[in-house]
Amino acid sequence: MAKSNSMLRYTLIRLKRNYLAILGFVVLLVLISCAVFANQLAPYDYAEQDYMMIRKPPSATHLLGTDEFGRDVLSRLIFGAKISLQVGLIAVSISLLIGGTIGAIAGYFGGRMDNILMRIMDIQLAIPTILLAIVISSALGPGLFNLMVAVGITSIPRFARLMRSSVLSIKGQEFIEAARAMGASHLRIILMYILPNCAAPLIVQSTLSVAAAILYTATLSFLGLGIQPPFPEWGGMLSSARPYIRNSGYLSIFPGLAIMITIVALNCIGDGLRDALDPKQKR
Amino acid sequence: MTTSENSSILLDIKDLSVQFNTDSGVVHAVNHLNLTLHKGKALGFVGETGAGKTTTALSILQLIQTPPGQITSGEIIFENQDIRKMTEAEKRHIRGNRISMIFQDPMTSLNPIMTIEDQIVEMISLHSDLKGPDAQKRALEMLALVGIRPERSKDFPHQFSGGMRQRVGIAIALACKPSLLIADEPTTALDVTIQAQVMELIKKLQSVVNTSFLLITHDLGIVAEICDDVAIMYAGRIVEYSDIRQLYDHPMHPYTQGLFDAVPRLDSPLGGKLSVIQGLPPDPIDLPKGCAFSPRCPNAKEICFEKECGMREHEPGHFVNCYFPLGSKEGGNP
Repeated sequence: MAKSNSMLRYTLIRLKRNYLAILGFVVLLVLISCAVFANQLAPYDYAEQDYMMIRKPPSATHLLGTDEFGRDVLSRLIFGAKISLQVGLIAVSISLLIGGTIGAIAGYFGGRMDNILMRIMDIQLAIPTILLAIVISSALGPGLFNLMVAVGITSIPRFARLMRSSVLSIKGQEFIEAARAMGASHLRIILMYILPNCAAPLIVQSTLSVAAAILYTATLSFLGLGIQPPFPEWGGMLSSARPYIRNSGYLSIFPGLAIMITIVALNCIGDGLRDALDPKQKR
Repeated sequence: MTTSENSSILLDIKDLSVQFNTDSGVVHAVNHLNLTLHKGKALGFVGETGAGKTTTALSILQLIQTPPGQITSGEIIFENQDIRKMTEAEKRHIRGNRISMIFQDPMTSLNPIMTIEDQIVEMISLHSDLKGPDAQKRALEMLALVGIRPERSKDFPHQFSGGMRQRVGIAIALACKPSLLIADEPTTALDVTIQAQVMELIKKLQSVVNTSFLLITHDLGIVAEICDDVAIMYAGRIVEYSDIRQLYDHPMHPYTQGLFDAVPRLDSPLGGKLSVIQGLPPDPIDLPKGCAFSPRCPNAKEICFEKECGMREHEPGHFVNCYFPLGSKEGGNP
């Protein structure tokens, strides 16, 4: 596999020079280990209630304070990382996979196929995203997996459109015709020539979509269609902190910070990856 | 255009017609074209922009975009097989392996995110059993053949100049030792000195790899240097076909003569006007009824506007699509 090695090696070399991307990776790694080792890391159980410690600000015993049921916020954030990351990454993978495939087929083959697929996408775009997510998740019933599917499906058209436009712009270039003249099959051309060349916008869109997916999850949790309490989820924590924002601001600040840090880290990674995958950016 | 030595014929295009369906009408890009290419020979394919040269080349590879394009008639016999009747898998086997192509613009015809070595390896692994290090070794050999140092093999296309990129294009095209190499205006995007280098390289490698060569160009000078035979194309038809000596010595079709007259001469007086062929090429949507060149032809007679002449052999091996070829006894100009 000398081929993938060289491309991978160049990408890694370029990625290493991008400190922001490295930082993003480190943060993501920390978050992932939080999610994986939540049981070991969290000082308390996520559902453990202490009625003597209701809505207490950060202190030595509860580093980030306690919520309205006296539960430790830090522990809930650590457990919440599991759900939020899972939903964000898997939901985006679902939309990237399905939307990307639809867009690639529509863009590459064009004609009637393009028309049919993109009109279906248009129909879906015409339905408000939140409404669609609510409909899907209430049809499937509450639960983690259904939530991911619902959030994933709602952003399919955006990926399909983005993919289609990238494919259209790449497809017209001469090296695609050259690849056909080399005797490469359609599948090979799509996978080896077109996809890598339109990776950049897709990567950026994906990292942004992870953020959006976490927020959609929060919205659905707020409506009772997402993660069921007492299981913690960052968006859900944010919405349950809303009534106390005046007196116990820290209750909404910490989940908000967690979401922000995750999204910034993912965006840094996305930016770094986009630059690293483009050989012309070699410095 | 029948030839006695059938075994030496590599490519025989018979009655090829290609059209494109556009919003403004049906564009007749290639009309009843006949062309023969012998093994090991270099054929120059000359004509002005829009004459259908590239369309013909893409038809040989069966790469016409359908829709809007469509091959409406004809046979393309390559190594005794009709390419049009092949399955998609057989066509893919032919492309790159038996017939390969060098493209016009080296700036865009290479994949920007693959190293040049990988691109040659890609071609080799598509058509041979060579894998990994063997394919890589072969790729380095090809690079050496076109004069690119092995330490540059891991570089990306944007790190090369135009001339070097076209060398890479040549290396890719010849990697599988095709029996037919099609070059579609390979030097149009390059400057004159690099043009000469690249053409020399192609000529050299053509004999090394022992491949036949179809050169598409508008440059009669390049054809004179490189090719054995010439076909002059006008409005989707061949109007004159001959070996290079006869054609350059005495062109017989008025259009060919016009092309030669339009070449500026070093010894012509300063300030004199360049000679041009009057008029414009016909609209391929609405071709003239008779000979396509008749509206611009200085020698056109009544019959020219009525019916096309068709290819006739006026001298051994010299075919002209004209009722009144120049310099012949049958009529027309003295």
